[in-house]
Amino acid sequence: MSVLVVLIPVSLTLGLGGLVAFWLLLKNGQFSDPEGDASRGIDDAWDDRPRPDR
Amino acid sequence: MTAACPSCAGVQQDAPTAPPEGVADHLLYLPDIHCPACLQSVERALTTLPGVLDARVNLTRKTARVHAPALADSALIEALAKAGHRAASADGAERPDDEDLVPRIGVAGFAMMNVMLLSVAVWSGAAGATESLFHLISAMIAVPAVIFSGRPFFVSAFRALSSGRLSMDVPIALAILLATGASAAAAVLGTDQHGWFDAALALTFFLLVGRYLDQTARRAARSAATHLAALEVEQAVRLNGQDEEIVKASDLVIGDLILLRPGDRAPADGQIVEGLTDLDRSALTGETTPASAAPGDAVSAGEVTLSGQITLKVTAAGADTSLARIAAAIDLAENQRTRYASLADRAARAYAPVVHVLSAAAFLGWWAIADAVRALDVAIAVLVITCPCALGLAVPAVSAISTGRLFKNGLLVKSNTALERLADIDTVVFDKTGTLTTGEPRLEGTFDPDALALAAGLARGSRHPLSRAIVKTAEENGIAPITVEHLTERPGQGVEGRLGGQTVKLGKADWLGCEPGAGAEVWLSDGRSAPLRFGFQETLKADAEATVQTLRTAGYDVAMLSGDTPGAAARMGRTLGIEVALGGLTPADKLDWIEAKTSQGARILMVGDGLNDTAALAAAHASMAPGTALDASRNAADVVILGQGLSGVPETLANARLATRRMRQNIWLAGLYNVVSVPVALLGFATPLLAAIAMSTSSLTVTANAFRK
Repeated sequence: MSVLVVLIPVSLTLGLGGLVAFWLLLKNGQFSDPEGDASRGIDDAWDDRPRPDR
Repeated sequence: MTAACPSCAGVQQDAPTAPPEGVADHLLYLPDIHCPACLQSVERALTTLPGVLDARVNLTRKTARVHAPALADSALIEALAKAGHRAASADGAERPDDEDLVPRIGVAGFAMMNVMLLSVAVWSGAAGATESLFHLISAMIAVPAVIFSGRPFFVSAFRALSSGRLSMDVPIALAILLATGASAAAAVLGTDQHGWFDAALALTFFLLVGRYLDQTARRAARSAATHLAALEVEQAVRLNGQDEEIVKASDLVIGDLILLRPGDRAPADGQIVEGLTDLDRSALTGETTPASAAPGDAVSAGEVTLSGQITLKVTAAGADTSLARIAAAIDLAENQRTRYASLADRAARAYAPVVHVLSAAAFLGWWAIADAVRALDVAIAVLVITCPCALGLAVPAVSAISTGRLFKNGLLVKSNTALERLADIDTVVFDKTGTLTTGEPRLEGTFDPDALALAAGLARGSRHPLSRAIVKTAEENGIAPITVEHLTERPGQGVEGRLGGQTVKLGKADWLGCEPGAGAEVWLSDGRSAPLRFGFQETLKADAEATVQTLRTAGYDVAMLSGDTPGAAARMGRTLGIEVALGGLTPADKLDWIEAKTSQGARILMVGDGLNDTAALAAAHASMAPGTALDASRNAADVVILGQGLSGVPETLANARLATRRMRQNIWLAGLYNVVSVPVALLGFATPLLAAIAMSTSSLTVTANAFRK
């Protein structure tokens, strides 16, 4: 059962990593406009070349 | 640019809409955007404007955040108007209170999954040192997670208890706290008791999701409704001797002189001291034909001056205006309506005491035959299992899905009991002007192009709705207006000008010396031949007839209450096939009619837009208002229709019926699950594994049922 000493911290770290990632994405506004993001996906405005200013 | 006249300089300085330069981020509200094309066109309009560094539209919230340090909101709004989008400045400090639910859900979900992993190991046979270790690790994850994620429930339960009430959150908070506390104590002491951490966390997680759904669904609708109000700010131009000053309507006092330019809405009740005009009284009375007004005539707040500039002496301002009295009536009726107990409330009220009594009985019963630890274990099992995980999701999931579906189609559901009240409706009452009709008159019959060209040439000089209808008809038929010289508007009479040495006139029958006919009309005189009559009729909304038909087929009684003349109301009733079409009603008459019908047992949905409808809107069992309605009416309405048509009315009713049926089914499903599982828990057979399975399946069943079309 000594493998648990490694596995439990690993599983917790992975889980925490997911939680931190979720938190950062949330603060970053990734979930603030699902509908707009869906629309931007089918926007063909900058299909041929990248938008210059960013 | 410096203003040419001294009075305008004051106006510009005091204009409250001009923010100080240096506001970097602007938040604009765009009520009408709904598709990828709108999003692109708004962003293009904004980013191509010099001075705008960045603009990003949020389609979900219908807002745009613009980074433009050198520009005022008004410049951005103007640019958007050119691109065909309505916009208003939104409050930048907007911070919805449910925002913090998302991180809590994230933490609860993370903790739930990790604890569940450890629990599965225990359930599948881990024993001895491993089991105790797993319990300890679970406690380390669960205790902080529960403290953080469960906060909304603890706060709400504490608030309920300290005011002596029993809310649904009390058993929830108790279950979460007891389950976590007892399991943590067992983990630390190393006893071989059941660990309820996963149950406590799952409960927190599912209930937070339910609460989040409940709030998000209406947040979008409600913030859209508040932003709509921002589209119109009540201001007044006050005259101080020779100076003009822009003040808030609420700052006016009796005796103030205020100036109304053509197109302005009166901000207070008053008496005309100078100027002639035509008043559009439709907002207050529903009457479509503008009334001419001269010095000495009374003007009520909410009326619009159409043709002339007038000076008013304020006779009632603030809370004393007829407008404010209507608003007060609304508040009263609103209070009555908030007493409507929602389905979820009624279920919770019946449910919460039962849960407490059951678990207390379980504790006492088991204490009598076994030790206190075992008794506590059973009591926790009962609490956790009866806890309304499914019940907490049952109603919110359904209402989130329905309001979301309606929101997509431009229907803002503002009140949280609206869907349930809409489902009870058996009678639909429409207002006429602005609701069934567009409020814009339309030229009737066909016309000689030359006469129409001359009429349009004259009508261009006026803001009167009839004049605008003439110009519009000319445009639609590709007739270029004849240029008329010396165009002058005679308020209350008409427009006159010179053409080829003749005086040409467009206006009232008696001004031109003709016999007035029935209905809305203007007469045209070219100075040579006999005057020509132009008759007008109201423009029905495109889908008004179909909507009434749909409602009648669906078994609803349809009626129309109008402030317009009985004749006009009866005509409209015949056109639409509405038998009860009453005209000449004051706001109080409408209210009385609705109250009388209600006391006979009818459940009325009122659809109206004017100030004269607000009392009726508030008194009816449920109410809807078009987005073009006045602020007060939109506030009073449960549902605001953003689009142009009326098809939203039957759509909302159908959706509401479906939603309420689903809610009832869900409550029964959740109850059924309790009927099965409570005896198991009471007898002491419930294990954390069993609780976890039961909780998940019941929550999934209710959610799946909510999604069913």
